[in-house]
Amino acid sequence: MPVVTRGLTKRFRGGQVAVDAVDLEVPAGSVFGFLGPNGSGKTTTIRMLLGLIAPTAGEVELLGEPMPKAHLRVLPRVGALVEGPAFYPFWTGQANLLRFDAADRTADPKTRKARAGEALERVGLSNAAGKKVRAYSLGMRQRLAIAVALMQRRELLVLDEPTNGLDPQGTREVRHLIQELAHDGTTVFTSTHLLAEVEQVCTHAAVMSRGKLLRQSTVADLRAELRPRLVVRTPDLTQAAETLQGLGVTELKTTGETVEGDPGELPIEKFAAALVAADVRIHGFGLERPSLEDAFVALTGEGFDVAE
Amino acid sequence: MSPSETADVPAGPGAGAPPAPETGTVAGQEPRAGRHTLALFVSELRLVFARARTQVGLGVLAAVPLLIGIAIKIAGTDPGAEGFIGQVAGNGLFLIVASLGLSLPFFLPTAVTVISGESLAGEASLGTLRNLLTAPAGRSRLLAAKMVALAVFCLTATMTIWISGLIVGFVLFPVGDVLLLSGSTVSLGEGLLRALGIAVVISLSLLGLAGIGLFISSLTSTPLAAMAATFGTFIVLGILTAIPQLHAIHPWLLMYRWQSFADLLRDPPYWHEIGRNLLLQGGYLAVFYAAAWARITSRDIT
Repeated sequence: MPVVTRGLTKRFRGGQVAVDAVDLEVPAGSVFGFLGPNGSGKTTTIRMLLGLIAPTAGEVELLGEPMPKAHLRVLPRVGALVEGPAFYPFWTGQANLLRFDAADRTADPKTRKARAGEALERVGLSNAAGKKVRAYSLGMRQRLAIAVALMQRRELLVLDEPTNGLDPQGTREVRHLIQELAHDGTTVFTSTHLLAEVEQVCTHAAVMSRGKLLRQSTVADLRAELRPRLVVRTPDLTQAAETLQGLGVTELKTTGETVEGDPGELPIEKFAAALVAADVRIHGFGLERPSLEDAFVALTGEGFDVAE
Repeated sequence: MSPSETADVPAGPGAGAPPAPETGTVAGQEPRAGRHTLALFVSELRLVFARARTQVGLGVLAAVPLLIGIAIKIAGTDPGAEGFIGQVAGNGLFLIVASLGLSLPFFLPTAVTVISGESLAGEASLGTLRNLLTAPAGRSRLLAAKMVALAVFCLTATMTIWISGLIVGFVLFPVGDVLLLSGSTVSLGEGLLRALGIAVVISLSLLGLAGIGLFISSLTSTPLAAMAATFGTFIVLGILTAIPQLHAIHPWLLMYRWQSFADLLRDPPYWHEIGRNLLLQGGYLAVFYAAAWARITSRDIT
């Protein structure tokens, strides 16, 4: 397991518990979505994984070694992007890459320039390599931050909100890049507050809320736990609702032009027949697969917005 | 400069963990490159000296001998003028010494304050400290690289004045054998060497202040606050030095023996005061470097 935490806790000086007894297990080769609203403790957890801040309690193991004790040995094998891109604005993109690479004693100075060139090319910044970072857009900085993580072959990538600030095209490119890296065997641990992102690229997901880890499993399992919902689009709302209730549909909800609910065990065609028999005009009818967002709301019992 | 030749030299103390056997599951497949410990130090020098701010600062320091030289050339000096200034018109070499002496109380400390205050707080405010530490630079090694760059800056700043003083002095004024404070005369070559010694002593005199600045810089994420606090400390120490009633603590104050550099112009050079000054600077540096180390190795980097 490339990332393991046991009882990881961070209590800030004010007494606020940002991360509360988190037990993470990230399997090798996975693309692990670390999910939660802003302020749920994702970035604080990531900072502890990388040894930037000290846990109040608990342990972190990265690539099989204890952090932060073994950080000089472990971190060269880990590419990281923590809390937004940070660079020297008065230097070019390339000069920034060279500096961060020089900070790593295991990085070969002879190949440094070549590796920087490759990393820039990979994130689509070759043309801006000689431009000062001051002149970069947020999206370009985000790409440059990813380039820092790609300066060397890594066993693990820890990416905090990697698509933040990117336009739709850039977002697609980064997702593609993540999939490509995962395909080459790199484990990718990526935090996000975008559920769609997890649905599209991640094999595994963990859900954080208010500092606590609510669930972690494969994305497929997360979804499978939710029962599909019966959704009927109709102008005859009351009648439809009554009919469905008569057939044992629970959790009935009427919104706008639709009635939906948990169909229970009955086969779906029975509902259609019953609705038609009751003279309900049907504009649309079907079972809806729950989205990850539904899974999230079911887990947290709250909307997907800023905690507190 | 390529540090690769030194790759097999074991890292110095505090530079981090020894090269451990590969214990990771996948790591064994990948050959680990050598240890390029010095690369960060080189990069640090680039960070300090390739900045426009630093170059402007050095330019201002280089202008000091020029301004003094031109002023003396135009106005002439009255022979009774104080200190080394009075000797410049007779021997251009004294422009070096006079410029260094005049820069020591204010210009040089200001420059050191700016650069040292920026060192860690600047990285923290940009967020680049995170990137360096996850690289991983190692907190102790990063601090060492910052301090080495500061020391090199102190030397560069004084040498800038030395070189500018040399050029301006030789262009504007006659040069020749050097009359020392003790009344004897030495050759121009030896005079230049002694002036060089003065520059070295003055740059070493700045190390205590650099250490204070580095420590204060480790406390905050706001470089301006670090610079202001470092300069404030310098001013307070200066005021304390100027209050005669406090003579009991004077020998312990940072700038008390700063003027001892002039003892290099005696025959033979009078080393006692210079030695005590350098010892005091070393003491300040050791205390504040240790404090900065304690701070940076335990600090939460956000």
